[in-house]
Amino acid sequence: MTLSASARPRNAFSRAAARITARSPFFSLIVWAALWELVGQLGLIDLIPPLSAVLVAVGELFERGSFWEALALTAKTFGLGLLLAIVVGIPIGLLMGLRKRADQLLSMWVNLFLSAPLTAVVPALMPILGIGEATVVATVFLFAVWVVILDTQAGVLHVSRSLVEMGRVFGAPGPFILWTIVIPAAMPEIMTGIRLAVIRAIKGVIVGQIIIALIGFGGLFDTYLSMFLMERFWALIIVVFVLSFTLIGLVGALEKRIAFYAGTR
Amino acid sequence: MTLAREAPAAPPAPMPDEKPILVADEVGLVYGGNVTALAGVNLTVPQGRLTSLLGPSGCGKTTLLKIIAGLIEPTTGDVTVRGEPVRGPGPDRALVFQDFALLPWATVLDNVGYGLRVRGVPRQERDQVARHYIEEVGLAGFEARYPHELSGGMRQRAGLARALAVRSDILLMDEPFSAVDEQMRRKLQEDLLELLRVEQKTVIFVTHSIEEAVYLSDQVIILTQRPGRVSTIVRPDIDRSGNVDEIRRTPRYMELVDEIWAGLRQYVE
Repeated sequence: MTLSASARPRNAFSRAAARITARSPFFSLIVWAALWELVGQLGLIDLIPPLSAVLVAVGELFERGSFWEALALTAKTFGLGLLLAIVVGIPIGLLMGLRKRADQLLSMWVNLFLSAPLTAVVPALMPILGIGEATVVATVFLFAVWVVILDTQAGVLHVSRSLVEMGRVFGAPGPFILWTIVIPAAMPEIMTGIRLAVIRAIKGVIVGQIIIALIGFGGLFDTYLSMFLMERFWALIIVVFVLSFTLIGLVGALEKRIAFYAGTR
Repeated sequence: MTLAREAPAAPPAPMPDEKPILVADEVGLVYGGNVTALAGVNLTVPQGRLTSLLGPSGCGKTTLLKIIAGLIEPTTGDVTVRGEPVRGPGPDRALVFQDFALLPWATVLDNVGYGLRVRGVPRQERDQVARHYIEEVGLAGFEARYPHELSGGMRQRAGLARALAVRSDILLMDEPFSAVDEQMRRKLQEDLLELLRVEQKTVIFVTHSIEEAVYLSDQVIILTQRPGRVSTIVRPDIDRSGNVDEIRRTPRYMELVDEIWAGLRQYVE
């Protein structure tokens, strides 16, 4: 009794502090935000304005037409590139999972491109696709497609043998088995692939725009940096980070739902 | 060896009322050019009766069942159903799986109706047939449940209903009750016998349990190991007209269990 009583914080302040500590993400956020504010206020680093000024700039950003134009372009190129990666990646993954010959032919290249520094390829795309949206879409596609292929293949390879035999015993033709057994059974892995593809596509859309440096957020980043508008620069970074975390969170929740419905075990 | 000598009649005289529905003729299977899984298996399955394939693990009994199902092509010999050679799965044979093989994302109703869906039976009719067999296997009230919400025994009832729903003459069962606990297994065995009084089916039942084989079967085919081949065929001849729970108390049942064990013991030691 004495022990637990002495361990309990005495005043309201330390109790509140203890509650924040218990929810460690908030604790971490607050400490680092405070540090940022301090560094900014003291003017220690030219590139880092106080957090409060950056937050004001976030508000101002939403009033700017150029921000909404950039967001629309980013969303469009991101969406198109990701859609293309899914529509192309899933059939290739299915094929590689079902046919050994396709796996032998493609596996090496898929794995190579999965880990390759694709940023280096983007400048090579520009002469072919032009300095514009097409290059950004292609960048998003190149960043995202490989992981969709690999995870779809993994999903197909993990489909229970007896489920496929069940389909065969009842006389189901190949495409029917693919549609009613293999794809639903591979769905958890396919969704994991899509979630990872979303993360890579976000990187792709930003990298593509920054290398082109003329359109979308890439254009804005370039403008703000060259004009030394550091509040706006950081404000844009925060907005892009929050947007991507929200998106990844949403896809993650969707993935959990699908994994639940497809879960045997 | 002992078994072959002591078995009352090997090969047994055919029962007067029986017609063979399925015949395996010199069926052999060689894996990868050098592993012989089955060698020269000959057997005859009488219509409307339950035949078990009994043997130690690794004797190829499940492989043999899959050859009969048309899932695996034998290297030599062939299987015929009513004189027609098996060239793959067919509507005359339905399989009940050891691991149930239920679609985890589909309800019991949709799982039981899967075989009918493959055959293009319209939704309404499919559901009607599925409901009938769900009730027959004792799963009424669970139509809208998912497999993960059911116990092992209930899952296999769904697997059995799915096989019955396509109304095949031959029911192939691959160690169907081995994944459920002992009490449930006994109940499932009793219910299967009750069910077979209503449904006139030819059943080929793979098991590694001597008790199960003797309890259920009209004919027990004992396979030996590496390569798998038929060692003995036993006709239990137990009177099954009475109560299903009395079968285990008949002297013939106990005698046969002992006899088969004496023959199989050598493969375990």
